Amino acid sequence: MPAESLASAPPAAAFDAAAARREFPALAQRVHGHPLVYLDSAATAQKPRAVLEALAGFYREDCANIHRSAHALSERATAGYEAARRQVQQFLGAASEREIVFTRGTTESLNLVAAGYASRLEPGDEVLITGLEHHSNIVPWQLACERSGARLVVAPIDERGEVPLEEFERRLSARTKVVAAAHISNALGTINPIAEFAARAHAVGAVLVVDGAQSAPHLPLDVQALGCDFFAFSGHKNFGPTGIGVLYGRAELLEALPPYQGGGDMIRSVTFEKTTYNDIPYKFEAGTPHIAGAIGLGAALAALTAWDMRAIAAYEHELTAYGLELLGGLRGVRLIGTARRRAGVFSFVVEGVHPHDVGTVLDSRGIAVRAGHHCAQPVMERFGLPATTRASLALYNTRADLDALAEGIGRVQAMFRS
Amino acid sequence: MAELEGLYQELILDHAKRPRNFGPLPGANRRAEGFNRLCGDRLILYLRMEGDVVGDVRFEGAGCAISTASASLLTEALKGKTAAEAEVLFQRFHALVTGDFAAAGDPDELGKLAAFSGVSEFPVRVKCASLPWHTFAAALHGAAAPVSTE
Repeated sequence: MPAESLASAPPAAAFDAAAARREFPALAQRVHGHPLVYLDSAATAQKPRAVLEALAGFYREDCANIHRSAHALSERATAGYEAARRQVQQFLGAASEREIVFTRGTTESLNLVAAGYASRLEPGDEVLITGLEHHSNIVPWQLACERSGARLVVAPIDERGEVPLEEFERRLSARTKVVAAAHISNALGTINPIAEFAARAHAVGAVLVVDGAQSAPHLPLDVQALGCDFFAFSGHKNFGPTGIGVLYGRAELLEALPPYQGGGDMIRSVTFEKTTYNDIPYKFEAGTPHIAGAIGLGAALAALTAWDMRAIAAYEHELTAYGLELLGGLRGVRLIGTARRRAGVFSFVVEGVHPHDVGTVLDSRGIAVRAGHHCAQPVMERFGLPATTRASLALYNTRADLDALAEGIGRVQAMFRS
Repeated sequence: MAELEGLYQELILDHAKRPRNFGPLPGANRRAEGFNRLCGDRLILYLRMEGDVVGDVRFEGAGCAISTASASLLTEALKGKTAAEAEVLFQRFHALVTGDFAAAGDPDELGKLAAFSGVSEFPVRVKCASLPWHTFAAALHGAAAPVSTE
């Protein structure tokens, strides 16, 4: 049974979106005279009160550097930072907190892995990615291939915006050393079959690197059950602060990777002749990290855990179905990406109106969406579009938000009717 | 936010839906490509200079309402102008869309281009309005690389 069926296991209690929504102060504001309808969580999520308080609390009372000074504040800061690491471990279902590296975000996590493999790949080796990837899961691998002489191979997507498993399999071979895939597409909302990718990657001896930026906020996760060798996600899309992110890596793989950056905290001893590196995960955390960010992320994960990720996933699944039916029924609106397994990301085109104009008109009604290529130009090219408008959901969205979007699209069409 | 109608004035909507001077220009002796990385807008501007005068100017490409209307109205405004007059108009148009109304000068002298006076209230849309003008300048000066508004 695929591990993702965790998402459909019955939660302990139904998720109360209205109550959760009240924990996000930013959502209570009015924009251009209208109540804010925030439908851009795939870009960044709003922050609950618990995160804001954790950040302020750290700077107000516990601000000190970690792993260094022998005083009370430093002890508290270190304890908070390492407690956050344990929270991430539990959130991901990792075997050990040694497998949790704090980074600046998904992009840095992916770059860390790709840079590490760049020194191990050889000419003749292959890196397999999918046609759904965000630029941050394409470019680091292009760089790694340029440096190593390995070849970048792409498993294409079909007209639904899915990666057909046979296309994926056809490109796997003994030459494949790394498979890198998004868990959920940021541009289309497609959920990739990660457990199936993992089984097939492992069968040829490749490691699986998962870009979890879009799945961590929405699905219950178990990186071991999914078979991820590496899993990257960002704090800011997960209701935590910007500038903090996570790289999960299986301990033996992290131990084998070279350090990413040199500096403080990542070393055991330094002489001018020879430096001995610290143990994982500290080997990858050079310099003073984003201590407050990690603590804030810990607060976000605590909130998510209290709400229950299974309950959140079930709620969002129902809300996504509502949105698909609503937007799919609008005349003159075309949904881009119709994957059978999908998350609450709606990429669409309003016939005859450019996405930027759609975005501006919606913004004038307090509705926040994104217009553009969503840092996934190959996906846009696949559908022959320079850009789309994207509305993306999170746990605090309701049917009323989607109703407001549909009404706003009607206003767009009225304005640009020729 | 300023009123949406200030941005999407009737004249702008009209030119966005029915762009004038749209398509290639046979006999063009200058050409430049404009590209807005942020939204993927692309336009190609064709120019036929007759000595120092803009003999004809046309464009093609795909963009938002603001950039399409801006390109369309640019072609109308520049035909028959000298290179120096065109440069002055570009500076005044740029001042207009960035909200420097003093430098933009008398709206009457801007003619139809004054319809873009609402753009300055929408900072993310300034690049849309100015892309065709940057592209025109590149064509005029014979820049080889595509113009980007980034």
